[in-house]
Amino acid sequence: MTRVGIAACGIIPFTRDDQSIESVLLESVVDLFEGSDADRGSVDAVLVSTNSNSKYLAPILSETAGLGPNIAHTVENLCNSGTNAMVSGYSYIASGLADVVLVSGAERYDSPGQVLEWDRSRGGFKHPIFWASILARSYKRRFSISEEQLAMVPVKNHRHARDNPNAMSKKACTIQDVIESKRVTDDIRLLECSRPCTGSASVLLASEDAAKRLSKEPVWIAGIGQKTASAGFTKSESFSSLESTRIAADVALRMAGHAPKDIDVAEVHDAFSVCEPMALESMGLCGPGGGAGMVRDMYDTENRMINPRGGLIGSGHPLGATGIAQAVEITQQLRADAGSRQVGGARTGLVHNMSAAGTSSTVLVLER
Amino acid sequence: MTFESELAEGRFRIPECASCKKTVWPPTPYCSRCLGPVRLSDGDHTGTIAEFSRKDGEYFCMVEFGDVRILAGIRDAPKVGQKVGICRCGISNGDYFFEVQ
Ligand SMILES: [Zn+2]
Repeated sequence: MTRVGIAACGIIPFTRDDQSIESVLLESVVDLFEGSDADRGSVDAVLVSTNSNSKYLAPILSETAGLGPNIAHTVENLCNSGTNAMVSGYSYIASGLADVVLVSGAERYDSPGQVLEWDRSRGGFKHPIFWASILARSYKRRFSISEEQLAMVPVKNHRHARDNPNAMSKKACTIQDVIESKRVTDDIRLLECSRPCTGSASVLLASEDAAKRLSKEPVWIAGIGQKTASAGFTKSESFSSLESTRIAADVALRMAGHAPKDIDVAEVHDAFSVCEPMALESMGLCGPGGGAGMVRDMYDTENRMINPRGGLIGSGHPLGATGIAQAVEITQQLRADAGSRQVGGARTGLVHNMSAAGTSSTVLVLER
Repeated sequence: MTFESELAEGRFRIPECASCKKTVWPPTPYCSRCLGPVRLSDGDHTGTIAEFSRKDGEYFCMVEFGDVRILAGIRDAPKVGQKVGICRCGISNGDYFFEVQ
């Protein structure tokens, strides 16, 4: 089986702009081909990741970007659509059905993917803020974590986002700013939430031979782990840890032949502040209940290892583009091409992308 | 008679498999374990509050009825571990709603 590499990346600024999904999608593809030596004629599959209800987006993207793929279709899986599309692209290449796959994610600020209508066990409490509040309360209770400790997550990630030209947030904030921001619920402040936005990100995946031909410095997908624990939030095993993330990370790290301590840089799915420490713990990057302390240490020492682009909280969360934007960041980090966000000497990186309160997760391990 | 038609009448009835007796939640027409047909169980259901929070002055809580979990509204300040029953439920504007006390 061939190795699969990321041969090129494209990304655009995340905004609240009212722009058609087709044009948002095209923009990161234009950025990708402008910034690389890859030729468009090499693309033989196009996968679009989005929660948009617009139809036939992969053929539309192919036509508008001047691509002539054999395979072209959409992948949807709520917030981890992006990494699911990357895993699909990987599989096409590994199976020999395709050699070069363009994976593009895009979303509009008013995405229908923000609420899973099917999950009616939540009654009228359907918005993500309700599951996030239950997780935050449960996590704080189990590990005796204060709201000030959780507030460090947005403080750190908004600070990182200031060095990310594509991030929606441009403003640093203090713990006090977070605590004094609008109390959305008793357990979540406004500054602890990632915001839906308009944005797009793309990666060009290629077989080993093609990746070496198309790029001077391909980044390899060394590990993939996925777990779907349930669809409904009320089915979750725990509300203070992420079971699907734990399994996905374990599988991905084993496939890559790595342990959690080998990870130099990671983008984790901080949809709300509590998700970051929960993800760090569930992936074994720290012990149970140790996530908030790890965030504090990273902030104090200006260590950008976790969410160097600002995560979802700092960058914004265009659902279908998020997983791909995370992979773009880790690719840039591993190529030592992340500018003022650079984590020195990063050789092994990780992407953690999840959906619907962590009912499903994807973890990718990337290597230079 | 389905979970939803009963709920529309303000009755909360827990679906279970007619063959293997597994609780089937969220409600679907077939058992996720044996794919057998689902019926509705009778009786008063007592639940336990597993977690809660509050938005705009109104409490909401995660309530467990055995294998069934729901998010429900509750008027008075809840406690984790508190025993509750459904006091009001139904369908409003297409959304299910549950209230416990
Ligand atoms: Zn059954």
